[in-house]
Amino acid sequence: MISVRNLTKYYGMTLAIDNVSFEVEKGTVTGFLGPNGAGKTTTVRIITCYLTPTSGTVMVENHDVLTDSFEVRKKIGYLPENAPLYLDMNVVDYLKFMQNMRGIMGTSNGNRIKLVIERCGLGDVLHKNIGELSKGYRQRVGLAQALVHDPEILILDEPTVGLDPNQIIEIRNLIRELGKDKTIILCSHILPEVEATCKRVLIINEGKIVADGTPAELQSSFEGRGRITLQAKNNLDSFLSKIPNLPGVDRVIQSHRTAENLLNIEVETAKGSDPREHIFNLCKDNGSVLLELKREETSLEDIFRKLTGKEE
Amino acid sequence: MHQVLTLAKKEFRSYFDSPIAYVVITLFLLIAGWQFSTSLFLNNTPDLRNIFGIVRFILLFFVPALSMRLISEEKRLGTIELLMTLPIKDWQLVLGKFLSAYMLIIVTIFLTLIHYITISILGEPDFGATFAGYLGLVLIVGVYLSIGIFTSSLSQNQIVAFILSFGIVFVFFMLDKIIFFFPGFLANILEYLSIDYHFNNIARGVIDSRDLIYYLSVIIFFLFLTVQTLESRKWK
Repeated sequence: MISVRNLTKYYGMTLAIDNVSFEVEKGTVTGFLGPNGAGKTTTVRIITCYLTPTSGTVMVENHDVLTDSFEVRKKIGYLPENAPLYLDMNVVDYLKFMQNMRGIMGTSNGNRIKLVIERCGLGDVLHKNIGELSKGYRQRVGLAQALVHDPEILILDEPTVGLDPNQIIEIRNLIRELGKDKTIILCSHILPEVEATCKRVLIINEGKIVADGTPAELQSSFEGRGRITLQAKNNLDSFLSKIPNLPGVDRVIQSHRTAENLLNIEVETAKGSDPREHIFNLCKDNGSVLLELKREETSLEDIFRKLTGKEE
Repeated sequence: MHQVLTLAKKEFRSYFDSPIAYVVITLFLLIAGWQFSTSLFLNNTPDLRNIFGIVRFILLFFVPALSMRLISEEKRLGTIELLMTLPIKDWQLVLGKFLSAYMLIIVTIFLTLIHYITISILGEPDFGATFAGYLGLVLIVGVYLSIGIFTSSLSQNQIVAFILSFGIVFVFFMLDKIIFFFPGFLANILEYLSIDYHFNNIARGVIDSRDLIYYLSVIIFFLFLTVQTLESRKWK
């Protein structure tokens, strides 16, 4: 459906996207996940023909965004970041305007608008000026605008920014619902959002794709990698020096001593291993006392932070 | 083409959603009416020549005031991103916006025809001169407006757009008034570039293709620059 090959984009001297390639299959909801400034919006702007790539190709259903951009634009419904709208127009007029601007004219298309209004829950605010609407409603008008021509592809850039938790859940449900019959690309820096709505996740950082797969796949590729937090007392120096050498321990993330001379350690375990038993035995042999021992599985959030974080 | 008209219609309507159209039209008619009545009652000259004089001058401010928001507002709101990802060519956007403001100003200018009616009741107005005068005004507005829409595409700040377009328009307006300071060959070039020189030709009743070509080419030149400015975003 959408195929991106070796896409590179420079803004002046700044590299925004660095040789990115990926495919989006028809009928999937794909999440672009990444911290702010990772290159999500730039990628999306190239797919929607707003920007031109420095090099590389983007094909949308065999139409090149450079040479065949009209065909591409017709197929895409786009909600840019922050849902930019004309604040002095009312909702119905705006939706009709956007539909007409897409070259769809005539009365039979009123039905499409009705359907979109119903789907996006805009029935109560039809004749209000967009400027008077709350952020949640504006976001929905933005979404409605992207749907007036019944596009095959829907591209949503941070659709839930600035919404309250109830509105976020509404929009997510709507996206899931739309995902049943449309190809959707969803940009976000919010993990639970992507986890909740997307079948597939692309994690982008500093212009590169650093992970690609279903949420479950991403988790399993890190499976077994977990964290162990523990607290011990007595003979701490030798305990601390021996613990990195235990089988199954990858590294010590942090350790610190409390005022009561207790030692708190956080270690990361190697893939597919569980060194709790070794830790217990080490304590026994070393004459230390183990006060706490707890193991945690890696969450998608950990993966995200690991892949995109600069520290650690 | 119907997208161009859809856009023009929407822009035209949005002038009336804000006070700007009402303020501009009212002020414009007040000033034109005041000029007309002074020449009629004080100087006893029932013609529209005075109106054409003052209108050319006040349009220097009014056209930039109407054109300043055309593109800069879209940039400020971010709606330009939606507009430019629609299946429409950039020149169609520019043309739609240009036509909306052009319509508004032409309607405003033709509202002064009421003075022509007054004159035709009082005496025998020169129809040819009036027609030529209005044609000249319509062409001048086109030039001012194409400059206005170009500067509007340069900035997301309306005030910047206004001042820039006023500056450029003013230079064009002043050209034939400062040619005495330049040597002959330069003076000829400046005179040719001057808006007023061509207006005076037309207002004399001589509708020459050279003058029409001048106006049309300046309009197209600035509209072309506007399209180029919009497209340059892609390569930045």
